[in-house]
Amino acid sequence: MSNHGDRGVVWLGSPTFPEAARSALKNTQLRGNLKRATSTIRDKRLAVSAELDDWEALRESAAAIKRRTSRHLEHYLVQLEQSVTAAGGTVHWAADAAEANRIVTELVRATGEREVVKVKSMATQEIGLNEHLAEAGITAYETDLAELIVQLGADRPSHILVPAIHKNRTEIRDLFAAEMGNWGQSAPDGLGDEPAELAEAARRHLREKFLTTKVAVSGANFAVADTGTVVVVESEGNGRMCLTLPSTLITVMGIEKVVPTWSDLEVFLQLLPRSSTGERMNPYTSAWTGTHDGEGPQEFHLVLLDNGRTDTLADTVGRQALACIRCSACLNVCPVFERTGGHAYGSVYPGPIGAVLTPQLVGVENAASLPFASTLCGACYDACPVKINIPEVLAHLRAEAVEAKRAAKRLPTAEAVAMKAAATVLDSPQLLAAAQKAASVGGRVLARRGRIRRLPGPLHGWSDTRDTPAPPAESFRTWWRKNKEGEQGER
Amino acid sequence: MSSREAILGRIRAALVDVPADETPDDVPVPRAYRRSHVEPGQDPVALFAERVADYRATVTRTDQAGLTDAIAATLFGRGVRQLALPGAFPVALPASASWEWHTEPLDIPALDALDGSITLAAAGIAVTGTIVLDTGPGQGRRALTLVPDYHLCVVRAEQIADDVPDALARLDPTRPLTFISGPSATSDIELDRVEGVHGPRTLDVIIVDPNHPEKP
Repeated sequence: MSNHGDRGVVWLGSPTFPEAARSALKNTQLRGNLKRATSTIRDKRLAVSAELDDWEALRESAAAIKRRTSRHLEHYLVQLEQSVTAAGGTVHWAADAAEANRIVTELVRATGEREVVKVKSMATQEIGLNEHLAEAGITAYETDLAELIVQLGADRPSHILVPAIHKNRTEIRDLFAAEMGNWGQSAPDGLGDEPAELAEAARRHLREKFLTTKVAVSGANFAVADTGTVVVVESEGNGRMCLTLPSTLITVMGIEKVVPTWSDLEVFLQLLPRSSTGERMNPYTSAWTGTHDGEGPQEFHLVLLDNGRTDTLADTVGRQALACIRCSACLNVCPVFERTGGHAYGSVYPGPIGAVLTPQLVGVENAASLPFASTLCGACYDACPVKINIPEVLAHLRAEAVEAKRAAKRLPTAEAVAMKAAATVLDSPQLLAAAQKAASVGGRVLARRGRIRRLPGPLHGWSDTRDTPAPPAESFRTWWRKNKEGEQGER
Repeated sequence: MSSREAILGRIRAALVDVPADETPDDVPVPRAYRRSHVEPGQDPVALFAERVADYRATVTRTDQAGLTDAIAATLFGRGVRQLALPGAFPVALPASASWEWHTEPLDIPALDALDGSITLAAAGIAVTGTIVLDTGPGQGRRALTLVPDYHLCVVRAEQIADDVPDALARLDPTRPLTFISGPSATSDIELDRVEGVHGPRTLDVIIVDPNHPEKP
């Protein structure tokens, strides 16, 4: 774990957020797809969460359950290990992405199989499992429709819930027609671009894989410490196929996914579907406890993944990000995400939650631009079903990013110098008056019709994307002194 | 040092701010939320029927005497002929040459060749319109309600819990559980909801309710 950038969370070689965002913003097709999708799902989420008049109480409870779990994580993980083992499963511990990949690869090899079917899973995406398996000669078939679209297109996911949100139906039709045949059952001739027709093509393409593949790999939404029950929440039935039909099941889950008791799920199973897809309940939720005689996989492995989570846990402000249940509500309400899409974040975790999670998982120095990929408007905090104060963590990580930059340079940064100068000026009424006078004179020189379109020198970074109003002829303090100061005694 | 020890050690080091004598129960968890969102005076069975139908599943209510006829009418309406059946299925099935019943054990290729399945349930949830299967009597293995393209589920009114908390309390988490809310669906293409991907594309639910005879 010498280089945290190797944890897989970030796509190495990706441009920083500001650069990536600039090119994403020029893609009008992408912006159109995103705007339509995020506004649809926002409305659905608001409608179904408003049905529950105790929504705030559920959020409070969820946040508290996650707080209890993270403060006593060792206790609950050891308990989970015991419960899963007692129920016939095998528990493995992986300190980082490389170890998790090695464990899964060896488990697949031990079955003698060369193919696995996969349920959509953020954890296995984070560790780059598919690529690692491919190097070992094992083919992993993504079975979630959106993940299939991403895999066939050799693309990257751009959203936690709907990873192919950046593609429209026609792009998907063309991709299916061109690529399905290379992976298995081809798309039918004359495939149209109606979503129902595309879903039918995916059903036919994957059917044989489900019915014949002997090994499945999944993630987990929750794992219950006291019973050893693992839970996967899904919509299409691809999850059920993978969790039920193969003889070996390997589940990779982040250590933060453990919850204390079965009854704690009554909170999360109300919050997650309503926040995520905007439904009262998702079509399918599967829960299993170890192995079951004559029913489903007869071999079950649970891989508990750290990969930067304990580093995140060590930060008393940042650790709340580990409460995330991956609903993606924060993405759909974020004005930045709605315009740039998920790819610009350069991480498997995009959007507001990605901006706080990614820098913590890989080290803020490896994702220094992400904490700034936000307007701090707070919509994400309002939408979060487990009440993660994302703006608070963003502000905290911004300070760390500036600090990390300073430490790396061993010289004060421009921001640090500017902030120090500002503090000195704001501290002194005389200096402030002088500065305001200078700004007033200088500003009027630069302004045309009351707007400054281009600031000089290094300040152009600000004016490149926005106009600045010209400073007024006199400051408020000067105006007050002239007009109002004498009136004080008259009241 | 094993990775297990390393990870647990890192967790301990990360949580130095947690007092050594703090126990999990010392971290308060408020439970101010409602146990049920069924309004006083509201019929949970009617709500269940309404919410299941919202997912574009079809719901029929009948009493015990009308069950066999309701099954016949539902299957006839769907045009399904070859059906998978859990072992020792405790409901009288319609006697007719219209249907072939295939009783468990059935392997995957055998299931794949059938039109659908018929099962009982372990519980229902009114507020969310969910049925829950736990592979108990009359439900069969999980594959039975997954591989064939059609599922007819018979739920008794008294099995329907008001809401999620009550339902979870009724269930045994050590059994394999499947929560089903409507037919399989996806919104992966432009967030446009499509019913029917890999799971059964059609779901019919019959509620057996002694208080609401509604013979087909």
